[in-house]
Amino acid sequence: MPINALETKSVVKTYQLDAGTIYAVNEVSLNVAAGEFVALVGPSGSGKTTMLSMLAALLKPSSGLILLDGQDLAGMDEVNRVAMRREKIGFTFQANNLVPYLSAVENVELMLRLNNRLDKAGRLRARELLARLGLAERMNNLPGQMSGGQQQRVAIARALIHNPSLVLADEPTASLDTERAYQVVETFAGLIHEQKRAGIMVTHDLRMCEYVDRVLQMQDGILVKVYAGHKEIMSMIRGNHTG
Amino acid sequence: MKQLFSISSFLAVKEIWRNRGRFLLVSLVIGLITLLVLFIAALGEGLGNGNREYISKLDGELIVYQAKSDSLIQASRIGLDRLETLRDVAGVADAAALGTSSATLILPSNEETLKVAMLGVEPKHVGEPVISAGHQLGGGNVDEVLIDSNTAIRSGLKIGDKLVIRVTQGTEDVFFTLPIVGITDGQQYSLQPSIFVPFNTWDRIRPKSEAEVNISNPVANVFLVKLDDPGIVEETRLAINANVENVEAVTISEAIRALPGYSAQQSTLNTQGGFTLFIGILVIGGFFQIQILQKVSQIGVLKAIGTSNPIVAMAAVIQIIVITVVGVAMGGLLTFLFSLFFPPTVPIVFNGTTSAIALVALLLIGPMGGLVSIRYAVRIEPLKALGLSS
Repeated sequence: MPINALETKSVVKTYQLDAGTIYAVNEVSLNVAAGEFVALVGPSGSGKTTMLSMLAALLKPSSGLILLDGQDLAGMDEVNRVAMRREKIGFTFQANNLVPYLSAVENVELMLRLNNRLDKAGRLRARELLARLGLAERMNNLPGQMSGGQQQRVAIARALIHNPSLVLADEPTASLDTERAYQVVETFAGLIHEQKRAGIMVTHDLRMCEYVDRVLQMQDGILVKVYAGHKEIMSMIRGNHTG
Repeated sequence: MKQLFSISSFLAVKEIWRNRGRFLLVSLVIGLITLLVLFIAALGEGLGNGNREYISKLDGELIVYQAKSDSLIQASRIGLDRLETLRDVAGVADAAALGTSSATLILPSNEETLKVAMLGVEPKHVGEPVISAGHQLGGGNVDEVLIDSNTAIRSGLKIGDKLVIRVTQGTEDVFFTLPIVGITDGQQYSLQPSIFVPFNTWDRIRPKSEAEVNISNPVANVFLVKLDDPGIVEETRLAINANVENVEAVTISEAIRALPGYSAQQSTLNTQGGFTLFIGILVIGGFFQIQILQKVSQIGVLKAIGTSNPIVAMAAVIQIIVITVVGVAMGGLLTFLFSLFFPPTVPIVFNGTTSAIALVALLLIGPMGGLVSIRYAVRIEPLKALGLSS
């Protein structure tokens, strides 16, 4: 039985507004095993971004447990949550992913620096990873000198270089054309499977779910449906596209 | 701590290097502020020095004025009959008369003149400046003159030359010729270069009104006092006021503050310097605040991937320090280069202490100006910066 790298139990996130209590995320329980790539989908306002923020230790849930490698992110103070983000979590964002004054390889090595693990072997691994992502000729380029797809691939390398338990991607293909988007997600999925990380991708583009192992569909803050297995997922994708 | 410094300095230096044009521009602005502050400080020192140099270098501790003369040397007049009484006061080691007036030097070319302060001092007593070349005045009645280095530079006169003075006595211009026997270091008085003659000679050759021309009743402006023990200034001052009729003794520092226009001039220049520093704080603060605002999402990414607040803050501090140090160094160098081309008539003096205080103040304005932006950077929330907040 696969070991769950990430497990959430009855996670709730509420906001108090004049109109009353809003449940952005309501009683969501899920788990992701090491080596499993999961997509979190749903319409705008469904709570998937709030869920991702809590999984990334950027936001505290109102109640419930978020266990990453057995440690509860929900109960941690800010200092420990920063440490968890640095050591156990890899993150790619929609845009503005990279530090603009650091070259591609420096951006990747930054995670090793932050974790005090930048040694000769680490430098070599950063270069190998970038080369695998097709960026061998771009290592010393600044983000401004690279295309959106190349920047996303650098961000993927940065998210994986420090061997995190959990890799999160927030709309990684939002600013890419279809061909680039498929390339990026395929590469991402391949590395997550190969390196045995738990991966979660939030996306609007259901076509990108072709490369994931499970699709978790959220609506109004609730986890409403889970699609598992390639056949079921492809059927879901086709169903959405045909209407 | 080592890792904190290592990562923050890596981030800070990389950002500066990869945006060196922008940062250099800010350093240049700081450099120009430095130039301005140092020149204001040097001007203050130069003007203050021109006013107080002779008084501040006196080998004495007290100046005795005519009572109720508001410590104004020109307004004070004391008869020499009280000098012996003053010398008898307990604690007084030496006392001497000082007479002050202006005179016009006729320069060797005969075409130009130089206004100088002509001071009558008693040879071998307190008040006669120490010479750096030549010899001291020969005696109380000799026709000899010492000139200070400022007079020497501006007039081109040297030891052994004849110095020609033009003064107005009564209604006539009178010329006196005196041999220069010694040169002292800078001894400006009342913003003028100075010459020193024996007191009796001074009384004879000074500018006089019609009524004074045929009278020989020497009157000093003030008496200068050297004490046995410089540690008993206050006691001796009170003793002088009690024992010598119609006088008021003040300390050297009080006398300097009472020099005409001195306090007003210094406070004006200090205020200018303070405002310039304040403007520097606003300029640096404004630059770094704008810069932080421009990179909110970038700082958000850094924080989201696990960069701690101390690293973010330290990186900002290192940047501010580097930019400020480079700017101040550029400003210091510019000031030095400019100072090489100033003629001796411009009252600019780069005093080590004053310049050091100005430089330290300039180095502090960077971190002070950047405090708000550092606070802002630390408070950036990654969720909001990355647009992930609901």
